[in-house]
Amino acid sequence: MASVSDVGLTIGRTANKSRTRSFLGELWQDKAGFIGFAFLVILLVVATLAPLIAPYDPASQSLVDRLQPPAFAGGTSAHLLGTDNLGRDVLSRIIHGARVSMLVGVAVVFLSGTFGVVMGLVAGYKGGRTDSIIMRVVDTQVAFPGLLLALVILTVVGPSVPTVILVLAINGWMVYARVTRGTVLSVRESEYVEAAEIVGARPRRIIFKHILPNLSAPLLTLGILEFARIVLAEAALSFLGLGVQPPQTSWGLDVATGRDYIFNSWWLVTIPGVAIALTVLSVNMFASWLRIQADPLEREKRFAAGQGAV
Amino acid sequence: MGRFIARRIWQGLIVIVGVTIVVFVVTRLVGDPVRLMLPLEATVEERAAFAHALGLDRPILTQFGDFVAGAVKLDFGESLWQDRPAFQIIAETMPRTLLLVAASMIIAVVVSIPLGMLAALRPGSWLDRSMVAGSLLGLSVPQFWLGLMLILLFGVTLQWLPTSGIGDWKNLVLPAITLALPALGRLAMMVRSSMIDELNKQYVETSRAKGMPYWRTVTIHAFRNASNPVVTLTGWEIIRAIAGYSVVVETVFAWPGIGFMAIQAIKQQDLILLQAIVFVVATVVVLINLLMDFAYKAIDPRIQLG
Repeated sequence: MASVSDVGLTIGRTANKSRTRSFLGELWQDKAGFIGFAFLVILLVVATLAPLIAPYDPASQSLVDRLQPPAFAGGTSAHLLGTDNLGRDVLSRIIHGARVSMLVGVAVVFLSGTFGVVMGLVAGYKGGRTDSIIMRVVDTQVAFPGLLLALVILTVVGPSVPTVILVLAINGWMVYARVTRGTVLSVRESEYVEAAEIVGARPRRIIFKHILPNLSAPLLTLGILEFARIVLAEAALSFLGLGVQPPQTSWGLDVATGRDYIFNSWWLVTIPGVAIALTVLSVNMFASWLRIQADPLEREKRFAAGQGAV
Repeated sequence: MGRFIARRIWQGLIVIVGVTIVVFVVTRLVGDPVRLMLPLEATVEERAAFAHALGLDRPILTQFGDFVAGAVKLDFGESLWQDRPAFQIIAETMPRTLLLVAASMIIAVVVSIPLGMLAALRPGSWLDRSMVAGSLLGLSVPQFWLGLMLILLFGVTLQWLPTSGIGDWKNLVLPAITLALPALGRLAMMVRSSMIDELNKQYVETSRAKGMPYWRTVTIHAFRNASNPVVTLTGWEIIRAIAGYSVVVETVFAWPGIGFMAIQAIKQQDLILLQAIVFVVATVVVLINLLMDFAYKAIDPRIQLG
């Protein structure tokens, strides 16, 4: 018995390994997608290990060293990206700011994704009254002025990382529900689901074994694109002063600080913005590869044309 | 047709009522409006008098009923911060926002359509690739930062354009471009992809075979068919600009529109003005949605409203 399971394990492992390899191999074909993916992996590592990598404490002030330009613009190598109005090291703040962006992005996508997918599954599978009620709520909430409502809620509840996550999650679940419901409706009519129902499979088994696998590709792409949107939204809220609050660091917050020094210290407003833009751009480049990769029709088009994904 | 309009108006009313309910639940039940609007050192008596003056001590349903009854008559109460009717402030600032959104949408549409069409004519060419790359970059850049970079370049370094406030047309240029760019990127991508799909259809081949000039086929036939998703997206962009992006862009450029006012209302802890702004913006969004429905019908007669 032991040897049989060992064999199974090895097969599973090699299959896994070759799957990773073919993923990277195909990704390598699309240079933009590969660069985007590589940047995100690096960013994730940097965000996780921020206290070990950052040269300074992001909050430690040194008024003697305030408003020093970056090393490439006449500054010293002690502060590679310069210092801000309180003498805090900009590089260290960027590294720690990556943490907040990643945390908010991942948490919001997880929360709103889970809720939206469950709602979409229920609506699509149950149909009838339940479906029309859920979709009516979705349609109504989509027409809400989301950012304004988020501002109202944050003003009343008080801005902080958890409230920002909650508000953005409440604002973003509808799109997952729509995509999930659409896919469920089309898969439900398929013969294999009908067959499973005739055999007597319970709804739960049908949903998890037969319907959910069809959703993994579109939901993965959607989640990644939403991640980009959330990173931008968190930055905007923090810029407006209703997101992450000092002494915590956030890229949007740092742009807001730099705004007051735009006339003589251009790097304070420029550098955190570049960090946001590069992150979102990487996500978008990776997602545009993934979207084509996950869609058999698009893949066929691409191989027929014999060129990389654009 | 009549039934369709009635249904859409009904749906729009649900949206407006829903937004109002959310604002009421959040401000009255989750938060304490008196604590939010009065300074910390206010006494218990002052708080009670304040709550009574604004009617905040009455049951929430009564307050809600009064707000709706007032809103129908465009009476949203007095702004605490400016000591004048909230609607007066909105009537002053809303046209500025609409002007800004109109200018930016004209820029976005006028630039993105020819760009997307040219790219679609030769997919994979350098023009196409640089357009796709530019669009991707445009929609990845945070809007508030884009505005600040434009200020840095045109206002601080080159000193060509004013960087904030309202005045002549020069004040409009930078905020309009900032508001337009991400929308321009998304629209150009949409024009490109729907034109590529359309140009691969049989009738394009047929009209060429019949000797029709290619530019005519592209602009008159293919573009007309491809324009539907473009109109949908433009509508979405207008709504998103009014209900969200304008807040950020107006704050960056101190453009005194409705979004700028919303942030000021928050800073001044003026909930009366804030809830009035949210209500009016929600109503405007619903109206634009209705207008878009008729625009589809006008552009594509195949669409049956009903």
